[in-house]
Amino acid sequence: MRHDFLDRYSRQDTPTHRASAEAKLTCGLAVVALTVAAPLDALPYFVALASALVAVALAARIPLNYLGVRLLWMEPFVLGVGVLTLLQPQGWKVFLGIVVKSTLSLVTMAVLANTTPFAEILRVLRRIRLPALLVTTLALMYRYLFVLVDEAERMQRARVARTFDRRRLYSWKMLATVLGQLFVRSTERAERIYSAMLARGWK
Amino acid sequence: MHIPDGFLDLPTALATGAMASAGVGVALWQAKRTLPARRVPLLGVTAAFVFAAQMLNFPVAAGTSGHLVGGVLAAALLGPSAAVIVMTCVLVLQCFLFQDGGASALGANIFNMAIVGGAGGYAIYASTRRFAGGLRGVVFGAAFAGWCSTVLAAVCCAGELALSGRVAWRVVFPAMAGVHMLIGLGEGIITALIVVAVARARPELVDVRAEITRPGQVLALGLIAALGLALFVSPFACEWPDGLEKVAAKLGFEHFVSEKPMMPSPLPEYGLPGVKGAWVTPLVGMAGTLMAFALAFVLARVLTPKKEI
Repeated sequence: MRHDFLDRYSRQDTPTHRASAEAKLTCGLAVVALTVAAPLDALPYFVALASALVAVALAARIPLNYLGVRLLWMEPFVLGVGVLTLLQPQGWKVFLGIVVKSTLSLVTMAVLANTTPFAEILRVLRRIRLPALLVTTLALMYRYLFVLVDEAERMQRARVARTFDRRRLYSWKMLATVLGQLFVRSTERAERIYSAMLARGWK
Repeated sequence: MHIPDGFLDLPTALATGAMASAGVGVALWQAKRTLPARRVPLLGVTAAFVFAAQMLNFPVAAGTSGHLVGGVLAAALLGPSAAVIVMTCVLVLQCFLFQDGGASALGANIFNMAIVGGAGGYAIYASTRRFAGGLRGVVFGAAFAGWCSTVLAAVCCAGELALSGRVAWRVVFPAMAGVHMLIGLGEGIITALIVVAVARARPELVDVRAEITRPGQVLALGLIAALGLALFVSPFACEWPDGLEKVAAKLGFEHFVSEKPMMPSPLPEYGLPGVKGAWVTPLVGMAGTLMAFALAFVLARVLTPKKEI
């Protein structure tokens, strides 16, 4: 697994990436809030926002097809909930409006994530005095996420290499064993991390 | 169940955000007082574990696949306040890096999946595992709580969507509750299987004799979950068919509300065809709950060895 599959382009060096994380975070969240609050038929605003997002993505050298693929991944969830609005009169208007709003917010967040390294976001969260336990947990989670995803993949691969039974019940049981084992390894890792943290003067 | 941006209006987003902050605040305060320092890294690593676990899909039926949500699993293995923190971190990271769940709906998602799903799930787990002793009780509680927490979180989610006036309650409630009554089965089974797998490898991690950690801890978080349910769901539940219209008229978005159901669904209005009356919906809900209860019981019997070691 590539270690940057979540925010692949967040560590580039462009003026957008160099801008302060505080400003980008505030800006991104404000744009999302504005989009959510906008009326369903605010077409000029949607068009303006879409072109602004494309401009920022180009300026930050985030390939548009990467954003497109990200969008394809996430759009089914938007459509899944959105379909419910179709079941009422005039539903398609609500549906179109909501899907456009959702998609624009999604792209906004994707651009934000790919122009701001998560470490910078953590620094901002610490600066606005978010409780230390929450920030520590987020930081450790981001750090070990890739390690555990790798570990899970290794275990899955080992399992696939050794068994070839694809019955459903069997695969559930195998998945549970893999996950249970992953949890056990995670707790052991956490114990080692704690010793390492103490050794480096954490308190 | 992650609500994307745009589905909640600002008042609902703010209200759910306030409830979520209250719940997470209580959990953090409790964790600060009761969590030993050596468990702090465990929270972060467990959060990473839940994130990784959510990326592994298991086949369900007809080519679809599901994945673990993990609120009850974290609650059963770490306790309620730790579970709320873990799930909150998972949701924050998913929102920022994965764009799974909108930034404006983050409060709602944290409330549904971390507080209702995690702490509420823990309350159900802690009270139902007494029906059987030892590991069997733990497995039974985890399976049943896994189902309940999924359905409860879905109902909460439906309430928030309806309160925002985008989707009518009579459309969104049966859809969300019905689908998640099925998804919940998967969550319950997988949670139970993982608990058993952990108990096999490291029995001391699944403490079968541990009593419910400080009733007050569950009470405070449970209170917030209940308050949220009252706030987001009860406006629709009390006056069954007309609740939404009333709220809609009061808040001024009645034009969104449908007059009659648009599509004849196989179970119209979440009830059995041909049977009329407001009592049908609770009846279907109750039948589902009893079935999940029975399933959890069977699961606990099948998965645990006959004799406790």
